[in-house]
Amino acid sequence: MTCTDFLSQLTDYFDGHISPELLEEVRAHTASCSHCEVVLDTTRKTISVYKDHEVYEISTEFRERLHAAIMTKCAQKSKSGCN
Amino acid sequence: MPAIQSPGTEEIHPDVALVARAKEGDTAAFEQLVRQYERQIFRVAQHITQNREDAEDITQDAFLKAYEKLDQFQGNSKFSTWLVRIAVNESLMRLRKRKTSKTVSMDEDVQTEEGAIPRDFAEWRPNPEQLYNQAELGDILRKTIQGLPPGFRTVFTLRDIENLSTEETAEALGLSVPAVKSRLLRARLQLRERLSRYFRQQKEGQPA
Repeated sequence: MTCTDFLSQLTDYFDGHISPELLEEVRAHTASCSHCEVVLDTTRKTISVYKDHEVYEISTEFRERLHAAIMTKCAQKSKSGCN
Repeated sequence: MPAIQSPGTEEIHPDVALVARAKEGDTAAFEQLVRQYERQIFRVAQHITQNREDAEDITQDAFLKAYEKLDQFQGNSKFSTWLVRIAVNESLMRLRKRKTSKTVSMDEDVQTEEGAIPRDFAEWRPNPEQLYNQAELGDILRKTIQGLPPGFRTVFTLRDIENLSTEETAEALGLSVPAVKSRLLRARLQLRERLSRYFRQQKEGQPA
């Protein structure tokens, strides 16, 4: 497996959609290529650091506004006999 | 003709019952759906537009639109995927309106070769969480994802942050599965390359 082949398998590798044979090849490649080993490890960390940290949080004020707007809409719909 | 499922072979998503009740006019059921997905819809809109006010407007519009069009929801996809699709469309429309000179189409902004080939091979040691506190890390993550083209950060957000499957992401964005996979690879590699500026192992004697 070349470094280019390794990169082309990276998405399927992380998504767990890789055949056992290819998985074996990826493992053998990263065991012998320190650059690809780093790419694999740091890409894994890239995904997990975004998964583990809530980068944007909804504010309490907005949540209250949102629910008020939805209740108004629901009341309008019931009144108009849509339900 | 669709195959008839024998009972118990497929788990029914709890949203199905809530959507059915909301369609009948049960406001509490719809509110429950809003509570379940408001964070996700807000995050998606904020990641795409990179603007809090826009993201709040989009979140509200998406839920109001969903409520209006509830009868049109056929249940062929998950309710959450349907909602995400509404929010993504609204977000991309908002971006197009805001940026007049720069294209923000899902297709036109992904031609860049940046990050397609890894260049930084430094290890990340210690782990990012050990190097930075929560607030610093939050700043770095926001700054870094902001720099990605919208077509890339949208795919990364849906797949890796919101955990949609490749197929659901393709459906929500109107893209093919191979297009989603290729954008996801490029997005992950570009983010890795950019984050490496902050997280790469410092040589001894260099300040962190």
